[in-house]
Amino acid sequence: MKNLLLLFVLGIMSFSLFSQEIPQVQIKDLEGRTVNTRTITTNTGKPVLVSFFATWCKPCIQELTAFSEEYDDLISETGVKIIAISTDDARSTSSVAPFVNARGWEFDVYLDPNGDFKRAMNVTNVPHTFLLDKTGKVVWQHTSYLQGDETEVFEKIRKIAKGQSLQ
Amino acid sequence: MKKITILFLGLFGLGIFSVCAQENNYGQINGNFQSEVQYYIEDKKIGASAVDEKLLANSWANFTYTLGKFSAGFRYEGYMNSLLGYPNTGGRNDGIGIPYKWAMFSTDNLEITVGNFYEQFGNGIVLRSYEEKMLGVDNALNGFRIKYNPVAGIYMKGLIGKQRFYWELGPGTVRGFDTEIQFNELFQSFSESSLRFSLGGSFVSKYQKEENPIYYLPSNVGTGAGRVNISYKGFAVLSEYAYKINDPSADNNFIFKPGQAFLVNATYSQKGLGIILGTKWVDNMSFRSDRNSSLTDLNINLLPEITRNHIYTLPAFYPYASQPNGEWGAKAEIMYKIKKGSKLGGKYGTTVSINYSRVHEIEKTQINDTIPISAAGTLGYNTSFFSIGDEVYFQDINIEISKKWNKKIYTNLSYVNLLYNYNILRGVSGHDDVLASIAIADMTYKFTDVVALKTEFQGMFTKQDDGNWGLGLVELSIPNWFFTVFDNWNYGNPDPETRPHYLNVGFGYVHGGSRIQLTYGKQRAGVMCIGGVCRNVPASNGISLSISSTF
Repeated sequence: MKNLLLLFVLGIMSFSLFSQEIPQVQIKDLEGRTVNTRTITTNTGKPVLVSFFATWCKPCIQELTAFSEEYDDLISETGVKIIAISTDDARSTSSVAPFVNARGWEFDVYLDPNGDFKRAMNVTNVPHTFLLDKTGKVVWQHTSYLQGDETEVFEKIRKIAKGQSLQ
Repeated sequence: MKKITILFLGLFGLGIFSVCAQENNYGQINGNFQSEVQYYIEDKKIGASAVDEKLLANSWANFTYTLGKFSAGFRYEGYMNSLLGYPNTGGRNDGIGIPYKWAMFSTDNLEITVGNFYEQFGNGIVLRSYEEKMLGVDNALNGFRIKYNPVAGIYMKGLIGKQRFYWELGPGTVRGFDTEIQFNELFQSFSESSLRFSLGGSFVSKYQKEENPIYYLPSNVGTGAGRVNISYKGFAVLSEYAYKINDPSADNNFIFKPGQAFLVNATYSQKGLGIILGTKWVDNMSFRSDRNSSLTDLNINLLPEITRNHIYTLPAFYPYASQPNGEWGAKAEIMYKIKKGSKLGGKYGTTVSINYSRVHEIEKTQINDTIPISAAGTLGYNTSFFSIGDEVYFQDINIEISKKWNKKIYTNLSYVNLLYNYNILRGVSGHDDVLASIAIADMTYKFTDVVALKTEFQGMFTKQDDGNWGLGLVELSIPNWFFTVFDNWNYGNPDPETRPHYLNVGFGYVHGGSRIQLTYGKQRAGVMCIGGVCRNVPASNGISLSISSTF
């Protein structure tokens, strides 16, 4: 049984191309509209940064605050679009909009209260950030937040915007 | 079971190859892996008992395969054996296998899932199937689900399934249907209107064979809910009401009384300001697919919490847990960002949050002079909608001020004042309510852009339970690495002989989507809660290793 499983997994992996596209999941924006995750992660030939967070998660707030402080400069430099996905459950779903507005974050924020998008992206813990290239494929990801991690994120965004490889 | 798994994998494989043949594209595989391992050392002083196996581990890995409109996946899980403190009565969580496997076909307006899935209707008060691995909760449904959007603005879901019960399925069957109408999408002329309006309705029914020797219990229990969301510019109101027919169960001591739940949240926000007001009222709303189960087993719904979810260690000592048999709660929160450049705001602005919540019992009166409240086999008690009883279950007043002083220094100061009804929330009697004040200073100093030192000092002052506690933490972070030391000290324990230190040292490494952390230290016995659902955490001493990776 175990051998069969192993064979199965190895077999599939050897066929796959590992260029991850964003899965199609329905989530909501802060005004209650249902949106498709593939639609919101398009940015006409420019990079997209997708960050999973929760209002109760301190490192997430620090990371998004760091993104927010540089967002205007980053947009003019790279055209990047940052979207933040709140994994808050029903306890705090309705608090996300006031929370985000109070902090003055300018990026688009979406609600994933039962973790459907989080699960589809195989996120284990928040914060978790994905960088999408000009074609909408995931080219880099990062979990947790340590002070200064945003420096690496911005560097990757700049490289992608210039069409450089991250390798 | 094994045969079914092999058959499933076979079909899964066949499906992939047949679709591959059509599109000449092999699709993609993604997944994740997580392992929580602990080596236990006996420590009589803190009450950490010896563990036979010495080492216990909870691990799991997800694999997801996607090709165009088709996707499928499974989760391989192993509890060898289950870490202490996770639900594991009689060792029923121990073992290895593939309890979660699914296949899905989705187009823009239709999605069909077979196998295991998670789902939430509205706020979850009639149906929420979810997983929270850190609590040991996984009530995934196993069955079929269809989501369909006939036109823009109308979203329909229907499902039937049985719930996961450790390595088996629960005895009951869950059937549910939910529809949401978003008027601004349905009517093009309102699509850009500032006034937004949506309505939703759910119906969920469970079937469990009636086999009670004493009472004639309902085999089918239905519950319905309606919700309304309205928003206009910065204002929003979200509310939901649910009604359940009588559902005698171990939770409500087998009373034949219907249940109700109501919640409403009103918010206002503009740039730099957020205000939240909310209230909820719950009566007899426990809803499980096995009327005899308890704790975190086989819940069909989840009643969302109204209290704040504290993350700092000391305020999290006394967390609130939902009381499905009856509770009234209210909350108010204001978040304000003092402008950049002002005297108090400084160069980067200062964020201030004030949060208040209070939870009471609901008022229950006897149905007549002879039958006590909640006597088994009766109508239970009388209550009126939105009644509030005298007994306080919980209260929390807290204020938090975050400020970035300059490019190097960031501080976060908090004060929390808690009232915790120990008897109700821990299911004991004769214990005083805990009144606790907690002060927290959290400071980060950046030596360079990527090298930082974080310090945290927490003090909890209370005359009840174990008395005062203090906590000091230092964490150094450099690119990809962090090193932590903290001590949690019960210096005010009423018994001078029992004033242990809970010292922890650890480090971690993060690279891309992977993270590994190794810690040596002691953990106090307590309660850990996520989303109003809690588990008991036993005292422990030892080495723990945590690995997670997303690929």
